[in-house]
Amino acid sequence: MWTLLGIAVVVAGFAFRFNPLLVIAVAAGVTGWAGHMAPLDILKAFGKAFNDNRFVSVIFLALPAIGLMERAGLQERARLLIAKLRGATVARLLLVYFVYRQVTAAVGLVSAGGQAQMVRPLVAPMAESAAEAEQDAPLADDVRYRIRAMAAATENVAIFFAEDIFIALAPVLLIQSVLQNAGVIAQPLSISRWAIPTALLALVIHGLRLWLFGRSLRKTKP
Amino acid sequence: MIGYAQLYMLFGLFFVGYAGLSIFDRRWINAAFWGLLAVNFLFGSWIGDAGNGVLVLALVALGGFGLMKKDGAQTVTPETRMESAVRRGSWLLVPILAIPVTALVGTLFFNKSPLFDPHALTLIWLGIGVLLSLAIAMLWLRPPLLAPLREGRRLADTIGWAAILPQMLASLGAVFTIAGVGAAVGKVATDYLPLGQPFEAVAAYCIGMALFTAVMGNAFAAFPVMTAAIGLPLIVGKFHGDPIAMGAIGMLAGYCGTLVTPMAANFNIVPAALLELPDRDAVIKAQIPTALPLLLGNIVLMYFLVFR
Repeated sequence: MWTLLGIAVVVAGFAFRFNPLLVIAVAAGVTGWAGHMAPLDILKAFGKAFNDNRFVSVIFLALPAIGLMERAGLQERARLLIAKLRGATVARLLLVYFVYRQVTAAVGLVSAGGQAQMVRPLVAPMAESAAEAEQDAPLADDVRYRIRAMAAATENVAIFFAEDIFIALAPVLLIQSVLQNAGVIAQPLSISRWAIPTALLALVIHGLRLWLFGRSLRKTKP
Repeated sequence: MIGYAQLYMLFGLFFVGYAGLSIFDRRWINAAFWGLLAVNFLFGSWIGDAGNGVLVLALVALGGFGLMKKDGAQTVTPETRMESAVRRGSWLLVPILAIPVTALVGTLFFNKSPLFDPHALTLIWLGIGVLLSLAIAMLWLRPPLLAPLREGRRLADTIGWAAILPQMLASLGAVFTIAGVGAAVGKVATDYLPLGQPFEAVAAYCIGMALFTAVMGNAFAAFPVMTAAIGLPLIVGKFHGDPIAMGAIGMLAGYCGTLVTPMAANFNIVPAALLELPDRDAVIKAQIPTALPLLLGNIVLMYFLVFR
């Protein structure tokens, strides 16, 4: 039971808003100690996993290309583009992106978008510009931040609940192997079809939230 | 064969560039941070587990105490950007869209090539897309030769220490696994939760998936534990539910936990930094009102689809 101490460290650390790097390092130490690991073994296990998991950092691979285009006015262009488009609202724009991401993720193309590749350079500036057009005034900073956060949330929600529809993705294969270990033989297709109801539900719930979000922005009009 | 090793090489070289530029600007801490990360990406497989462990401790010391300079040095004026945006028009979108389009076309049509490691296919095509995008932009815009590294460094500095958070959390997950945290959580769940009725078992499984995922930052770690502790023995064994629908929806219930936790740094904390939000939990706060109703929806869906 003492091995759960590490979880307590993580929860407390995040709750008190310590720097997450320190929290994680301490939590790893505490967990290893509670699990009777020698300090050197904890260090080795942590170092090995850090090296094995380098692939999770690849979203940063696109930074030079995105930065270079931002230097040439990409974000400004995205804003101008939306400003010219009549009828573009924050809610409609983010809903269109949501559906685009659900469809691409459902056919296995999670990389057809992304926080670094699409949200920062295009989607967020476009949403801000749409809000500016709706309010017919420059945005207050806190409104601008809320719109950006909603753009990031839209990307996440869309891919999370649509990617399992694609049969060859890691989560579906993990479900298959866990069931198989328990003696249940399941084909990927028979697993992935059960992901469809939740994907539709996510569309309804998040779509409703986007609509309410757009309405609340119009109400806060300066 | 092209695989992770080559991707890490490319990535490591970017970090070498960021470190070099930071030295040039006398940002010593930032230089050391990006330099060490470059060592991890270029030589991580040669310096041994303990070597990587020491490297991580050094990164934590550099990044954990607010010593890194965060403001990305402004490279061109907003006026210059606006002028370029007006003059060049929507063609500016082409190099950026080249990244997802390359990733898309590559994974769709060139997925059988013996040249590429099939496990790393998506990332390889992402890398090719980035290089293609850089090539188009360099030939067309003719910026200074170092501009891509300067701009990449500007963005990397906005992310700062959070850049290694995803790798750190994955590593914490590994230590959790070795120390047996999963088994302990499963035991707590079965010992203290009411599980006498089918609906109770479904609710406990879904909420357990979400909570455990929130703790671990990753539904993959939670899924085998919760499924072995509650899903298979109770929902399938005792109440005769359909294991396949249960597994599929159980995983999705876990994702509701991913939406609300800072442990899923890749999705929640890094984007907040990338979008330059002052509140690092802003993305999580935007996701909670979607995650909670969706968790409830998953419980109801599972109940009706598993016992149909």
